[in-house]
Amino acid sequence: MGFWEVTLSILGGLKWTALIFALTLLFALPLGLIIAFGSMSKFKPLAYVTKVFVWIIRGVPLMLQIFVVFYVPGILVEGFSGFDRFPAVLIAFVINYACYFSEIYRGGIESISKGQYEAGEVLGMTKSQIFFKVVLMQVVKRIIPPMSNEVITLVKDTALARVISITEMLKAAENFAAYGLVWPMFYTAVFYLIFVGLLTLLFGYFEKKLSYYKA
Amino acid sequence: MSFLEVKYITKKFDKTDVLKGVDISLEKGQVLSIIGSSGSGKTTLLRCLNFLETPDTGEIYVDGKCIFDAADHVKRSAKEIRESRLSFGLVFQSFNLFPQYTVKKNLVLAPQLRAKEEAKANKLGKAVLREKYDEIDKKADEILASVGLSEKKDFYPCQLSGGQQQRVSIARALMLDPDILFFDEPTSALDPEITGEVLKVIKGLAAHNMTMIIVTHEMNFAREVSDKIVFMDDGVVAVEGTPEEIFESKNERLHHFLSAFGNTDV
Repeated sequence: MGFWEVTLSILGGLKWTALIFALTLLFALPLGLIIAFGSMSKFKPLAYVTKVFVWIIRGVPLMLQIFVVFYVPGILVEGFSGFDRFPAVLIAFVINYACYFSEIYRGGIESISKGQYEAGEVLGMTKSQIFFKVVLMQVVKRIIPPMSNEVITLVKDTALARVISITEMLKAAENFAAYGLVWPMFYTAVFYLIFVGLLTLLFGYFEKKLSYYKA
Repeated sequence: MSFLEVKYITKKFDKTDVLKGVDISLEKGQVLSIIGSSGSGKTTLLRCLNFLETPDTGEIYVDGKCIFDAADHVKRSAKEIRESRLSFGLVFQSFNLFPQYTVKKNLVLAPQLRAKEEAKANKLGKAVLREKYDEIDKKADEILASVGLSEKKDFYPCQLSGGQQQRVSIARALMLDPDILFFDEPTSALDPEITGEVLKVIKGLAAHNMTMIIVTHEMNFAREVSDKIVFMDDGVVAVEGTPEEIFESKNERLHHFLSAFGNTDV
């Protein structure tokens, strides 16, 4: 088994890693905002329910959540055989990351001074205009550093998908261990590092792009 | 009835009575200054008049039209409150400019959003909206010129001095043609040597008969620019009168207050 064969296998795994990564972000970024609004709601019951939900999701291992999404619906719902492996992983990741994002959003939103809202109000802007035209950009600027942390963690968390037999990158490499090859596992580090390196550059670019103003 | 009639405004925070029944009236084109020590309720009054706080009781009339009545306030929609708001402009102590936008964009943002909403509501075409945007643009340039900041229009707030930022925020408030412009201690956040440029702009507005209500600690300025001064003490209007009357008042609290500014020997 040569270098190219291993590389091709790892790239095949990287496809799943990248897919989980991209789809999780696609759904978790907006869902996190909805959860953040829920936890900040003036309607107290909604705020409490949301906070308890976030507590549970953040308090339980993601691996366990993957198991729950994969096995529990099939057991509980009569005549439903449960989610397929990939949708199950995706659902678990999206919910988990949305909860973490929601807390980052909440921190960002609450850090914006009341004066910004009031300035918008006295200028006759609606609540949604104030949020989208005045506050949001300032929130984005403030949350870039903590978000880049979470996003980078997500790259490596994708390796958890293997627990329900999705051959993501690390699993693809580990399969070679059955043939007595362990170096492919270490070789994956190169791909993770490149992946994370690109993200670091991307976030650095965003940060620079938004450094034209202070807030 | 005067141009602005404020009747018996009260406001309570938890168990503290901050405003205990404030009446104010003002004629069109006049300038009213509100003075008083901190905690006397002047900022709360200003916030109540701008609907940033909802008074517990009281009524507000502008030009004979009731724009606020605590008795039926709960029934009013957010849209109605927004409409009432447009009669007034407010300049904050801490400017509250939008940091991510240029000076120009700070001015045109709210009017543009409004024009867009109107165009949508009345099903006006893109061309009409563009025309409206051009008008807004032109108006912003004129107002910026009037506060002496034409050459700063593409700057961001963080690139300006405090005095310049406050002039931008005055310009921003003027964009909506308010019937009455309010100032909440407009120079308190500024270094003493640059308060002059802001006060000059306000004096210029007074000279153009802008109706204004100014909460201020600048006694000499208040005396110079005001048609009427209100001294607030402990949630009520304690003394009210022309600058001469105020600075010659025999009211003990007012006298004590003014002496802190070295203004007793009138």
